[in-house]
Amino acid sequence: MSDTVSDKSLEDMSKSFALTTRLDAIAAWGQRNALWPLPYGTACCGIELMSVMGPKYDLARFGAEVVRFSPRQADLLVIAGTITEKMAPILVRIYQQMLEPKYVLSMGACASSGGFYRAYHVLQGCDKVVPVDVYVPGCPPTPEAVLDGVMALQKMIKDRTPRPWKEGWVSPYEINANTIPDTLTSSRVVDSMTRGSGV
Amino acid sequence: MSEQIAILKSDISVKFGDNAFKFSTTPVGDHVVEASKETVPALLRYLKEYAGYNFLMDVCGVDYPNREKRFDVVYHLFGSIDSRRLRVKTQVADGESIATATTVWKAADWFEREAFDLFGIKFSGHPNLRKILTHHQFVGHPLRKDYEADKQQHCSSVLPIHFDNTPEQRGDQLDSRYVPLNIGPSHPAMHGTLRVMVELDGETIVRAMPEIGYLHRCFEKMAETHPYNQVIPYTDRLNYCSAPMNNIGYCMAVEKLMGLEIPARAETMRVILCELSRIIDHIIAVGTGGVDLGALTAFFHLFTFREKVYTLFEKLCGARLTVAMTRVGGMAYDAPEGWFNDVLRFCDEMSDGVEEISKMLLGNKIFIKRTQNVCPVSAQDAIEWGYTGPLLRASGVNLDLRRAQPYYGYEKYDFDIPVGTAGDIYDRYLVRIEEMRQSIRIVRQACKNVPGGDYTVRDKGVVLPEKKDVYGNIEGLMNHFMLVIKGLRPPVGEIYSATEAANGELGFYLVSDGSASPYRLKVRPPCFAIYQSFPDVVKGSMLADAIATVASMNLIAGELDR
Ligand code: SF4
Repeated sequence: MSDTVSDKSLEDMSKSFALTTRLDAIAAWGQRNALWPLPYGTACCGIELMSVMGPKYDLARFGAEVVRFSPRQADLLVIAGTITEKMAPILVRIYQQMLEPKYVLSMGACASSGGFYRAYHVLQGCDKVVPVDVYVPGCPPTPEAVLDGVMALQKMIKDRTPRPWKEGWVSPYEINANTIPDTLTSSRVVDSMTRGSGV
Repeated sequence: MSEQIAILKSDISVKFGDNAFKFSTTPVGDHVVEASKETVPALLRYLKEYAGYNFLMDVCGVDYPNREKRFDVVYHLFGSIDSRRLRVKTQVADGESIATATTVWKAADWFEREAFDLFGIKFSGHPNLRKILTHHQFVGHPLRKDYEADKQQHCSSVLPIHFDNTPEQRGDQLDSRYVPLNIGPSHPAMHGTLRVMVELDGETIVRAMPEIGYLHRCFEKMAETHPYNQVIPYTDRLNYCSAPMNNIGYCMAVEKLMGLEIPARAETMRVILCELSRIIDHIIAVGTGGVDLGALTAFFHLFTFREKVYTLFEKLCGARLTVAMTRVGGMAYDAPEGWFNDVLRFCDEMSDGVEEISKMLLGNKIFIKRTQNVCPVSAQDAIEWGYTGPLLRASGVNLDLRRAQPYYGYEKYDFDIPVGTAGDIYDRYLVRIEEMRQSIRIVRQACKNVPGGDYTVRDKGVVLPEKKDVYGNIEGLMNHFMLVIKGLRPPVGEIYSATEAANGELGFYLVSDGSASPYRLKVRPPCFAIYQSFPDVVKGSMLADAIATVASMNLIAGELDR
């Protein structure tokens, strides 16, 4: 830029119409204000997520109203509801199909930790299979809490908070493709497969 | 009622010999027949064809590991003509099989698969005795008493497309003439947790098969490992679109087993909660039904009213969706000042809303074209499959437990029961929207005549004393401790208690061994019976009609998979 425009004229321009910024900052600005959520509503939290999208709480106010059910078109995976063992492989598949940059919001106690279902068919937290950026507590969380979670995520995008859980992520099913029969008998395998988040 | 049973008993002894069966009536008034497993199919057929028990409501297992014949198989029958119920019980040893009831009622299909999956009871002659709720890599039978409640087994793959076996075709072999298609579970029309596999000839469905269990959260096992009152929050999450109804259904079963009469005020509050829940449940059913057909506006419009009911619930108990408002013995709290007037005000707004929605959808040309004469179900088929609730009534059967077996004083209220004629998708919405109007009528009547008095019983063995007593006097403190330590203990026995929930008959079969948590709690979820008819209902129709059918069945995964 400095080749063609002298410092003086740049200063003049900035007074009239130009603004200077960094490319990644403006990209982050765009990203955080135009999140396209994929509502992965499996249970009661899914109903509350409808309220968040609905007329009273209206997530559109935060730029995230374009709900997309296709993972190819979404960049925010909202996991709203209990993830069972049967559902886990599908959740991972959906996550893998999303394009970068992508974020995950875990809504409610069940998605975050299994909630009060310490039970034989419930995954004890979706972070055992996908990397989660924001956890929203509650059973179900109030819509206000979900909005707060979305805003927390927006702040993360703005500050470009490092996301080590995301960087090191590998699908729990791929790395263990050879040892799958063992995983069926042990109940603690997924722990070691992901980033060691115990219950 | 006992006269009928006496007649039945003599009829049966003529047919099957004197001592073939053991008749009994439980202290709470349930009629039970115990039979040997060989005679069960003949007995069921007789009861269906000659004794007027036209519905098979539920089949379930109960595990007694220390008994010689380990399992009970329990059939719950219902006769709609004079609303009588009968429970048929038989014993089966581990590894033994019992003849299937699918030859008598189609409704037995999925219920038997569930008993096979969760208990390992084998039903010989069942055409598709496969797992239904747990995932395909799951080893063992989780509802057996020796399976630990928190022993998880991980699943690492997804089952390929498969269908039910039929006499002509094996379900796991695809036909190369047709296009196989998988829909869901992560698909907008599948509501997050349903999966449907179809084989298409052009756009016509040749075979269809739903796969369920993606939200199997082990409700029944959780109930066995928690004290009675702690089960209430779990019941919220069965049909989470109308949580209070599940609370009420469950508490009613426990109360009946304990012989508790709840105060009139609690009864009326429960009626109001039930009807408000029915309205908001139908809001979801009608709203998402519209969305699945491409009409988004109705959903947003209706959701405003749902929010209003949430506000009412929040005033009552602090929670919006999962309310856990009832306790065994009555309600958790009394209604705050002015709450009943708020409800009345909501009724006025809601009646306008219902009219708007009815114009917007039922009068809409596209909606009519998409739903009228689409995938109709005849009254006979509906009964055969165990349909209940709005879908059964849409098929022209006038059965509503609020009328047929009134509870909580429903007989006092003036309301109509809408009945359809064609059993098609249009009629289902027609019935639901009319039911919303009728519910408003009931709520209005109830709110205007709320009895005074207490909102819960004050039995110290059932309900915790009020906080002021706990902190204020030694007796209250002691009672509090005793109840917390000892727990609520219903007498040894069993009961099947059913209420008319938004989707149909919600039944709780509760077996108590006198301890502080249920020995067995089986839920009879209305949409489970309905959904098993799906492959038959959509066969030969267009793919888009199948989507409309799924929507009109109002499948709530929480109660479908439990
Ligand atoms: S966190 Fe609570 S409300 Fe949400 S899915 Fe789990 S049980 Fe339902």
